[in-house]
Amino acid sequence: MTRVSIVGASGYVGGELLRLLLWHPEVTVVQATSGRNAGRYLYQVHPNLRGRTSLQFVHPDKLEPCDLLFLALPHGEAARAMQRYTGLAERIIDCSADFRLSDPAAYKRWYGEDHPAPEWLGRFVYGLPEVSREALRGAKYASGVGCNATASNLALLPLVRAGLIDTSKPVLIEVKVGSSEGGASSTDSSHHPERAGAVRSFAPVGHRHTAEIEQVTGLSTPHLSITSVELVRGALATAHAFAVRPIADKDLWQAYRGFAKEQPFVRLVKERQGIYRYPEPKILAGSNFADLGFALDPESGRIVSICAIDNLMKGAAGSAVQCMNLMLGFEETLGLEFPGLHPV
Amino acid sequence: MIATCPECAAEISLPADTLESEIISCPECGAELEVISLTPPTLALAPEVEEDWGE
Repeated sequence: MTRVSIVGASGYVGGELLRLLLWHPEVTVVQATSGRNAGRYLYQVHPNLRGRTSLQFVHPDKLEPCDLLFLALPHGEAARAMQRYTGLAERIIDCSADFRLSDPAAYKRWYGEDHPAPEWLGRFVYGLPEVSREALRGAKYASGVGCNATASNLALLPLVRAGLIDTSKPVLIEVKVGSSEGGASSTDSSHHPERAGAVRSFAPVGHRHTAEIEQVTGLSTPHLSITSVELVRGALATAHAFAVRPIADKDLWQAYRGFAKEQPFVRLVKERQGIYRYPEPKILAGSNFADLGFALDPESGRIVSICAIDNLMKGAAGSAVQCMNLMLGFEETLGLEFPGLHPV
Repeated sequence: MIATCPECAAEISLPADTLESEIISCPECGAELEVISLTPPTLALAPEVEEDWGE
């Protein structure tokens, strides 16, 4: 069995990693760290794990060597301590934004400071298997992915790869997101009377995940807006692009089908009848699937591409475990087959 | 018998006992399709229930 530990295991991504890894048939979770919760049982922070493990959180200073480390730390902390972590484990998957961007200049532009460890940037593979599958096989270091970036990238990639987007025109992406994207710490704005029922434009422009969309799609003009809605889990990206030439629905079917057939966790949802005719994040809660759909306005050539994910799964912990499977030579889908709930 | 979905262009294998006017579902896009001919096998979109919110 492969021995894995999770650093920063008390947050929502850490909790999802624990849920997935404690049931993974090829790994053993040996340590889960939390400075604030050291000594407490995992279930006292993640109640869904009650009765399934006797592990207790350990202080980060007590971290011991293992085969693979998952880092689920606040922004900047992983980069500042890479020497320590690489001395403890041969392989690392960092779920933060620290190693997602390969270009230090892009990091400075979007994060407002020089990268703390630029020499490590080129050593991390971008952790979205739908983009980096072959590079992840056997890799030692993988980054995490941004949840909004992932929903946006998966919405756009079928069109980008098929060369269907008119890159002289803007590409607009609106992402509707659940409250768990805000993390496990509360703020005044997350107080229930303020948050409940709100449809909150919290990043109409300038969201940092724009950098990941530029890097993955190669598009120079993605315009990203984020709106938080009445969901706990889930992200729904609705991307608007214009076709580079006159196309029909069948051309789009071909492009999306060609992309999805290579991806074990990508499904096409475009139904003419039924309740869920387009991707719906609600029924993906707890699942690693990304559902893609599309529509074409033949008059204007506008393509609307839609992607639904669970932000904590395909947008974070699920993709990280998928990366681990590739890095360690396991079946890519191992431990990730849960299809979600309906009704929920 | 092989027919083509008029919605998504998927190739659909029809059972040998398929009848004209029979309604089938496309396994790829889920569209409900009417078999309008067997010689050659030809499919057309079946009438559907439209959603109408706020119109």
